[in-house]
Amino acid sequence: MNRDAILVEGARKRYGEKDALAGLDLTVGRGTVHGLLGPNGAGKTTTVRILATLLRHDEGVVRVAGHDVRTEAREVRRRIGLLGQHAALDEELGGRQNLEMFGRLHHLGARRAGIRADELLERFGLADTGRKPVKQFSGGMRRRLDLAASLITEPEVLFLDEPTTGLDPRGRGEVWESVRSLVGGGTTVLLTTQYLEEADQLADRISVVDQGRVVADGTADELKARVGVDRIDVVVRDAARLEEAAGLLPAARAEVGVDVDRRRLSAPVADRMASLTATVRALGEAGIEAEDIALRRPTLDEVFLHLTDGEPGRDASRRKEVAA
Amino acid sequence: MSAAYVVSDCWTMTRRELAHWARQPVQVLVGLVFPVMMLLMFGYLVGGGRSVEGDYVDFLVPGMLTLTMVFGLEGTMTAVTQDLNKGVIDRFRSMPMTDGAVLVGRSAADMLQSTVGLLVMVGVGYAIGWRANGGLGSTLGALGLLLLLRFAMLWIGIFLALVAGRAELVQAVQILVWPIGFLSNAFASPDSMPGWLGTFVEWNPMSATATAVRELFGNPGGEPGQIWAAVVWPVVLLVLFFPLAVRRFGRLGK
Repeated sequence: MNRDAILVEGARKRYGEKDALAGLDLTVGRGTVHGLLGPNGAGKTTTVRILATLLRHDEGVVRVAGHDVRTEAREVRRRIGLLGQHAALDEELGGRQNLEMFGRLHHLGARRAGIRADELLERFGLADTGRKPVKQFSGGMRRRLDLAASLITEPEVLFLDEPTTGLDPRGRGEVWESVRSLVGGGTTVLLTTQYLEEADQLADRISVVDQGRVVADGTADELKARVGVDRIDVVVRDAARLEEAAGLLPAARAEVGVDVDRRRLSAPVADRMASLTATVRALGEAGIEAEDIALRRPTLDEVFLHLTDGEPGRDASRRKEVAA
Repeated sequence: MSAAYVVSDCWTMTRRELAHWARQPVQVLVGLVFPVMMLLMFGYLVGGGRSVEGDYVDFLVPGMLTLTMVFGLEGTMTAVTQDLNKGVIDRFRSMPMTDGAVLVGRSAADMLQSTVGLLVMVGVGYAIGWRANGGLGSTLGALGLLLLLRFAMLWIGIFLALVAGRAELVQAVQILVWPIGFLSNAFASPDSMPGWLGTFVEWNPMSATATAVRELFGNPGGEPGQIWAAVVWPVVLLVLFFPLAVRRFGRLGK
């Protein structure tokens, strides 16, 4: 019996000229929550779709719950639950109708499918939705129903593909709460997200994915330690003195990011308060006027840039993406 | 995979389609009324000027029944395309259900809808003076041939939806279905058309069914020799498109 819930070795998937997956490796232990963190187009959804038997990979070994996704797809399907980016529900039907239908298709039989549907509606706070069609549900309700549908048979492995994208903070909290309560039951969860915070909140381990590969792997703390925990941002009034100011920040000059257009400097810092004081003093002594000085956590941008040795061109395009 | 699961999966998917109808009775009603309107329009507005032997309504009704079966292709294609573009198809495909159950559910529901539609049309035809003069066995045979044609159209519709997969292409097919439907002997005898057109019309598989059905109903325009063609054409189309559609569905993830 294989102890890994998910095992991916050298998975490749090509779309025409482009490698969606370029030799992805991933191991997820049973009963753990694993986060796949990466920007749009990194290959997260492709990975989940391959693991959930919706897409066939071109090369490599992919096993879920001990079964090969290509040759034993039905065995895999018996053991997984999937919460995709878009609600995988019949929008015309009601919540109970949906769950009952999926229960029957999981071969629970008509009676047990009905009982299970009622249980799940109760558990996810949807018992009062009656015959209302799913298309009239709010985003949060739809997500919860979708999650309920993924849990009809208490799957061994649950895939959550950006489960909170598009939800308001309250909806996000609801989904997080549900995921946490699941993990207690021994389900293995693979979660993709663009949000460092989400991976941080939910995942035991995180794999950072970029351009179809895993570029870093570890616990949230390990990854953050590699990035530098905090940063100091300084906006200088006089663009002509930007370079000079960069040399005064309490960090190696090579580590200071310079954004000329915004007259902004950014540097990793070890000690928050000491760095702040040192920066204020150094700038003051040099007579450089600052418009703004702030301490902040590393952004996802910086995590990626750090872990992927991002080139300047990619930096710019990614910044645009995040801003949008 | 036991046979019991196959049957229950297909039934569950058929139930899903029926549940959709229960939610959208108006849409179902419109689907039934549209061919009736066509029949009445052609019968009363256009029909007067046609030169066919015997009563035009007796000639027209079997043609319209056949046309309705062919136009069913659009409905099937639209429904499958809509389904494919919805997230729910991912859930179906990631569950341990029978591979073709989604398609079987679609085809069962469409056949049921077409059967009801056919009976409504027969009723309206009867009301405007059309009569089946061929005896019960022949009449049932004619209805059977019509549903066979619908079944073939259904799988062509599923296949086209799986290949095209986009709403714009459904529109293109909808437009193309019209000339194919009308370039048949549904409304007029090919004898009344220019030679090349007449030849095309005679070879249109739809004309074979219309002619055979006219023969079995005992209406003008029938030919006993066309009954075999009305069996062979749809069967050939099915032999071609059924496996293509099932295969295509299985390859959605590639």
